[in-house]
Amino acid sequence: MSALIKVKGLTRIFDVSKPWLNRVIERLPKALLTAVSDVSFEVEENSVYALVGESGSGKSTIGKIVVGLVPPSQGSVMINDVDLATETDAAKVEAVRADIQMIFQDPYASLNPRWRVREIIAEPVAAKGGNTTGLAERLLEQVGLSAADAVKYPHEFSGGQRQRICIARALASEPKVIVCDEPTSALDVSVQAQVLNLMSDLREEFGLTYLFISHDLTVVQHMADRIGVLYLGRLVEEAPRDILFEDPKHPYTRMLFDAAPRMDGFGREVDPPKGEIPDAINPPKGCAFHPRCPIAVERCSRERPEMRDVRGARVACHLAE
Amino acid sequence: MSNPVLSVRDLVVEIPTRNGILRPVDNVSYDIAAGEILGVVGESGAGKSMTGNAVIGLLDPPARIASGEVLLDGKPIQGLKGEALRRLRGKKMGMIFQDPLTSLNPLLTVGEQLEETILEHLPISAAEARKRAVEALEEVGIPAAAQRIGSYPHEFSGGMRQRVVIALALCAEPDLVIADEPTTALDVSVQAQIVALLKRLCRERGVAVMLVTHDMGVIAEAADRVAVMYAGRLAELGPVRDVLTNARHPYTAGLMGSTPLASQGQRRLRQIPGAMPRLGALPQGCAFHPRCDRAEDRCRAEPGPTISACDGRAACWFPLGYPQEATG
Repeated sequence: MSALIKVKGLTRIFDVSKPWLNRVIERLPKALLTAVSDVSFEVEENSVYALVGESGSGKSTIGKIVVGLVPPSQGSVMINDVDLATETDAAKVEAVRADIQMIFQDPYASLNPRWRVREIIAEPVAAKGGNTTGLAERLLEQVGLSAADAVKYPHEFSGGQRQRICIARALASEPKVIVCDEPTSALDVSVQAQVLNLMSDLREEFGLTYLFISHDLTVVQHMADRIGVLYLGRLVEEAPRDILFEDPKHPYTRMLFDAAPRMDGFGREVDPPKGEIPDAINPPKGCAFHPRCPIAVERCSRERPEMRDVRGARVACHLAE
Repeated sequence: MSNPVLSVRDLVVEIPTRNGILRPVDNVSYDIAAGEILGVVGESGAGKSMTGNAVIGLLDPPARIASGEVLLDGKPIQGLKGEALRRLRGKKMGMIFQDPLTSLNPLLTVGEQLEETILEHLPISAAEARKRAVEALEEVGIPAAAQRIGSYPHEFSGGMRQRVVIALALCAEPDLVIADEPTTALDVSVQAQIVALLKRLCRERGVAVMLVTHDMGVIAEAADRVAVMYAGRLAELGPVRDVLTNARHPYTAGLMGSTPLASQGQRRLRQIPGAMPRLGALPQGCAFHPRCDRAEDRCRAEPGPTISACDGRAACWFPLGYPQEATG
C-alpha cells in the first residue's frame, strides 16, 4: 500500500510574545512556543492513523497543518504527493483540497446556527460550483438522519446528531482523507458508540482514510490501525496498534497507559504519575520527558533522543531496547 | 452499616416552566456512609449534577426541592435558607466543581480564600488559620505550600488549581464532600493524581464523598458503590464491582457495553439505539423503554419500580440475570 499522507520534519512555532511596546518597557525577550517539533509519519491509504497525547502535545496543531488551516514553520505535508503549502499549480491544489476534510470536536461551535442543514452540508460542493441537487438529503440518510431534516436548523438537533451533520458535510466533497479532531469527546458514551460505529461503516463504504486525533486511549485502541504518541510537540513513540498496546516501549506511553482509568480496575491503587506537562515555551533540555521519567539517566537531560526502530515500533528514547 | 452521613429520601426536584413542570430529579433515594465514596454516573441530562446541587442547596431558582428529605447526620437540611444553610456549607459539607478556574476567586490569593473559609467555620485565631491553610495545601500535595500560599489562582496549573479547590472544600473538615466531575477538565495523568488524592483523603479522614462523573473508569477505580441515573431517576444502585460487571438494569448494561474497552476486539461497538428523552417529553411508563430491547407491555404502561420496591438493585420490571441469581 502507498502512503496517502506523508508528514516530514513538521515543525510549527507560534509567536506568543507580548506586544512590542511591553517587550521594550519590560525588557522581555520574544516568547516562542514550539507546538510541533520535527514530527514525521506516514498514513497509508484506507487506514486509521491516530495521534494521542495530553493537552499541549501538539496533536490538534498537526491536524490543522494537515488540512491547511495553519501553515507549517518547517517541514512538509504531502497529500497524494502534493504539498499544499508550496504547490504552485492551482488546479492540483484545488483537487487535493477537495480530497481532505475535517471534523471538529465541538459540534455546537462548528455548525453555522443561521444556516439550514441543507446549506451546511452542500457548502463544500457549492463553493466549487458543483451540482448540489439532492446531495444533502442523500448524505443525511447515509449518516443515519432523515432526508426531511435538511430544512431544519442546527439547534433542533442533539449533540450526537450534530456530529452526524458534521460528518455528512465532511463527506459532501467525496474526500479521501478526513481529519477528525476529538470527534467524540463532547459526546456521551452511548452516543459516542453510535458515532464511532458510523465512522467505521463509512470508512469501509467509501474507502476513507482517517487521521484521528484523540486523548482517549480506549477510543484510539478501538479505532486506529497505527498510533503516534505525542509529548510536548514531539512524537515519542509510533507503532501499529497491537504492538503499541501490548508492548509500550517509551516510558511516557507506559505512564499514559497506567494512568488511564480502567473499567476493571476496582479499587486499583494507582501510583499516580509525578509532575505535570512542562511549559512549551521553555521545554526541558534533552528529552522533554526526563524530569518526569522514572528511568531517566544523566544522558537524557543532555541529549535529545532520535527516533529509532525497536521491535516493530519507532521510539524516541535512549533507554528503549 | 452505621448511621449514614448523608441520607437522601425520595428526593424530587421540580422546575416549573411555561410548558408544565419538569422533574430533573425524580424520586431518588440513597445513603452515603462515613469513609465511603458513592459514584453517581449517567449521561448528560440524567440529573446527576442536579442531585448534588439539591443536596448542598445550590439549586438555581426556579428549580426547587418539591418533596423528599435530605438528612445530614440524621438532621433534615432540605429547604434551609440564609444563615442556617451558610453555617452548614463549608463546615459540614464541601463542594468540588468541575472547572477549577471558575470556582476560585481570581482577585484573592489562595491563602486568603482558605483562611476566609477556616475563620468562618472554626473558632481559631488568624495566625492559627494561616497555619491550617498551609497544612491544607500540603495535605493535597502542593509543593512548597508555605510559599505558594500567597499566589493567585492564575499562577497555578489546572491540576494544582483543582488541588486548591479540594483543599478549600476540606479545610473546615466537613463530613460530606460533593465532587461534581472533579477530573473532567484535566489530562489523564493529572486525573490519576486527583483520583488518588480523593481516595486517600476519604480513607484518612473518613469523609463521605459523592463523586459525580460520566467516566466509568474513574468510578470503577474510586467508588465503593455506584448509582446509575437515567432521565432523573435512579436506574441501578449497588456495590461498584457488581454493578459494572454484572449489571441488572438494561440501561447500565448498555452503557457498559458501549464503552470502547468493553467491546475490545470487536469491529463494532455495541450501541443503545436512540438518545435520552428530553425532560419535557418523557415517554409513558419506564423512561428507558423506547431504547430497551427487553421492554414489554408493563414497561410501556407503568413507570419503572423504585429500587427499594424491587430487589434493591435495579429499577426495572425485568432485571437482567435475576433468575440465575435466585438459583445460585
